[in-house]
Amino acid sequence: MRSLIIRRLAVSLPLIVVVTVLTFVLESLVPGNTARAIIGASGSPAAYQRLRVELGLNNPLWYQYWQYLDQVLHGNLGTSVFTGEPVSTLLNQRLGVTLSLVLLATALCGVVGVLLGVVSAVRGGGVGRAVDVLSLVGLALPGFWVAIILAAVFAVTLRIFPATGYVPPSDSVGRWLWALTLPVIALALAGVASVAKQTRDSMKDTLAREYIRTLRASGIGRRSIIWKHALRNGAIPVVTVLGLVFVSALSSTVFVEAVFVLPGLGSMAVTATSQHDIPVIEGIALYFTVLVVIVNVLLDIVYAMLNPKVRRA
Amino acid sequence: MSEIAAVAAPELPSSSRLLRRALRKPLGVISAVYLVLLTLACVLAPLIAPYAPLAEDLIHVQQGPTAAHLLGTDELGRDVLSRLLYGGQLTLLGVVECVAVLLIISLPAGLAAGYLGGWVDRAINVVVDLLLSVPGIIVVLAVLAVFGTSMTAAMVTFGVLGSAGVTRVVRSTVLSVREELYVAAARVSGVSEPRIVLRHVLPRIAGPVIVQASLFAAIALAIQTGLAFLSLGVAPPAPSWGGMVGEAANLINQDGWLLVPSGGIIALTILAFGLIGDTVRDATVEGWSATAAPAVRKARRPAAPAAAHPGPALADVPGPAGSWPADPGSDDAVLAVRDLSVAFDGPGGPVTVVDGVSFTLRAGEVLGIVGESGCGKSVTALSLLQLLPPNGQINGGRVLLGDQDLTAMTERQISGLRGKAVAMVFQDPTVSLDPSFLVGAQVAEVVRRHDKVSRAAARRRVLELFEQVRLPDPAAVARRYPHELSGGMAQRVCLALALAGRPSVLIADEPTTALDVTVQSGILELLRQLREETGMSIILVTHDWGVIADVCDRALVMYAGQVVEQAPVGALFREPRHPYTLGLQECNPQRWTADGDLPVIPGTVLPPAQWPVSCRFRDRCRFAASDCALAAIPLEHVPHRHGPGDREVRCIHWQELTPARSA
Repeated sequence: MRSLIIRRLAVSLPLIVVVTVLTFVLESLVPGNTARAIIGASGSPAAYQRLRVELGLNNPLWYQYWQYLDQVLHGNLGTSVFTGEPVSTLLNQRLGVTLSLVLLATALCGVVGVLLGVVSAVRGGGVGRAVDVLSLVGLALPGFWVAIILAAVFAVTLRIFPATGYVPPSDSVGRWLWALTLPVIALALAGVASVAKQTRDSMKDTLAREYIRTLRASGIGRRSIIWKHALRNGAIPVVTVLGLVFVSALSSTVFVEAVFVLPGLGSMAVTATSQHDIPVIEGIALYFTVLVVIVNVLLDIVYAMLNPKVRRA
Repeated sequence: MSEIAAVAAPELPSSSRLLRRALRKPLGVISAVYLVLLTLACVLAPLIAPYAPLAEDLIHVQQGPTAAHLLGTDELGRDVLSRLLYGGQLTLLGVVECVAVLLIISLPAGLAAGYLGGWVDRAINVVVDLLLSVPGIIVVLAVLAVFGTSMTAAMVTFGVLGSAGVTRVVRSTVLSVREELYVAAARVSGVSEPRIVLRHVLPRIAGPVIVQASLFAAIALAIQTGLAFLSLGVAPPAPSWGGMVGEAANLINQDGWLLVPSGGIIALTILAFGLIGDTVRDATVEGWSATAAPAVRKARRPAAPAAAHPGPALADVPGPAGSWPADPGSDDAVLAVRDLSVAFDGPGGPVTVVDGVSFTLRAGEVLGIVGESGCGKSVTALSLLQLLPPNGQINGGRVLLGDQDLTAMTERQISGLRGKAVAMVFQDPTVSLDPSFLVGAQVAEVVRRHDKVSRAAARRRVLELFEQVRLPDPAAVARRYPHELSGGMAQRVCLALALAGRPSVLIADEPTTALDVTVQSGILELLRQLREETGMSIILVTHDWGVIADVCDRALVMYAGQVVEQAPVGALFREPRHPYTLGLQECNPQRWTADGDLPVIPGTVLPPAQWPVSCRFRDRCRFAASDCALAAIPLEHVPHRHGPGDREVRCIHWQELTPARSA
């Protein structure tokens, strides 16, 4: 098991490097570089040169990248071009919001999707068709539009949930959940369908296996066969899909946080983009990539727990 | 050269055939037509739009649909329909850029990786894996942060990121095509590589690529409109679908109508791309499989649920030939099968695979059911406990256990008997156990199902059962997973599982077929011992006459769904009375003397759909006569020389049987 984690981390390290290189290269492409942006058009050439040396921009690109990497490893992600605050501070404040949103959405997808998938695999017919339709709907309706409709109906018209704003769990867990309800549903909609579909396919496949027949022949009850044995074996592909749902939900926070005005990493990314605040974007890219890596490692662990052949290898 | 050219490419789903199949699906056609019309409308916007996109009309602000403005007006009085048409230009252009980049990168990359292999393949795979893990939207945003209002830059970036997934699909398709025989044949006959790629490889990858491209176009559209919604990549006041959703969102407090046309057209277009992808995928898959998958239905209950009242007592039930004298052994009959018929769903309706099988299992005896593959012996065994797959059903006969008819029971009722009165073991023990649980835990679960005992007591009983099946070191075995056991040990565990409910009948469906020969005898010996110790009756299904000779007291010979002979084993071997049995005995390599060829039974078994009503062995039988084809052959009772008993044979010429050589 430990070797599994180490192997996964070893594979993921190049990924983090690649992402940082990508964003770093992009920054260097900013027309008029950072120094110019700070000095403005009116600064004297001498002041501009001084600033360049100060910022280390006169060094070759690879050296600049090396310095950047060194800084990152020490926890220094640079400072925001727009506000002047350290990027890491800015992002850490917002990390909790995005994580709450994405984790809750993934959990919702998991629970509802698995339920729907199992029922449609065992019972077939109506539920199966509903899952197919939901799949199509989830794919077709653009996420941000769904978010707006949800806000329009449940927040503005019916006034059940708040339309905007975030309440930290430290203030009140109840109101934290209540404020996040609509955004979580908006994020989860597309994912529920893909989890349900995968669960259904996987369960159908598992229920056709020989050991299910042995269990039936031994007189084991239907409920135990489905929920204890078949689901346990059929869960492995579902876990993979849940990982993909997490990553997709992470990307979608960019839209959902904008609609519901949540102070998370997604909305920060949008603001930073329109303000050309490259250090912040780099920081968010790094955070997102690290989150994806962590999720993949956790998935590998869950996979090993579910599959004895991997665990005992 | 001509011989090689004769190895023609098989019936591939070539592009034109694929197109024809795709065109037969209405949803796909509608989607394609919609997209074409939409593109035309947007391209021709300057010609057909009723108003200029920026033309304001502050008198008619935020109106719903009217005659003058078919889709209403926005907050500045601008016509929504016109803005959608003009906005579509930018939106669709973005999608086209994205998909174009996707294809330009992934087609050559996938072809190179799949076709050339080696380090090219490895290098491309590394890049693909990295790209697939990058959080795409952030990279796109980073690009936009640098290049400001260039939607093109964003779409190109997204296309590059997406090309990773499509490269993978292209690569795997190319890999599978590369291995096909006709490609090798083409290469050998000197066709140049580029020609091979053009003529053979490209048509095969067309289908999957179109599917991926359509699905990707759907996602690209969502991303493009999303970015426009966030006011990224578009310079206002130029209209865009996403931007119009954004404007509408600002007005939801006042009027929700504007969300409908803007969101609606995005949703419809995404749906259209998605449906095209699904349609082409279905059309491609259909080209590969000749027959549609057989209809799978829930296992059906027999028509007459007569479980409420007990059936007739066993001794009263007439034998299959109607005039069967009551044989003295029937008082201790444990299981009686009468006229059992099983059918499976086929493309042309239900096909009978077990046809009127009858036998009686007495207490403590081992009854063998022997026959070749496809004769219906396993189906017979499965049907006794209603364990048929969903597309099979019992459509006649009775299975009497005591005075209960098993065929008439509901799933719930028969579930109570399974494992308790009648247990079963199957052919391949390593896949017959749940791979996710320790074997000890699985057996304990069955123990607790049948006896309401504590976990500790169940654990003790598991160890008892493991000793009963002669497993060495039961405690260690209990802590193993099925994949850690050898075949023989796994089969012993399956036997322990079966014994957990203390059954009086054990059905063993080819229990040793999947095992090594040396392990087989151990399992058979175990079955003998279990019969001695517990007095249970065993039905042993096998195709191996050695197993019959080794363990069984009596045996049924099945051929083409029917019982053709039934006799005590000794008599069966010494004096077979059915031509099929006789033929099989003669074919036994161990009886063969070294002069002449090994005898075989000429011909092959007919498939179930072609079984005649009359004798099914007739075409292969050297005793066949014209009257064999006239009518259904009934089972006849054969006097048993060495005592009273139940010998039967389904042959009207059995008295003329003489072996080709003396046994």
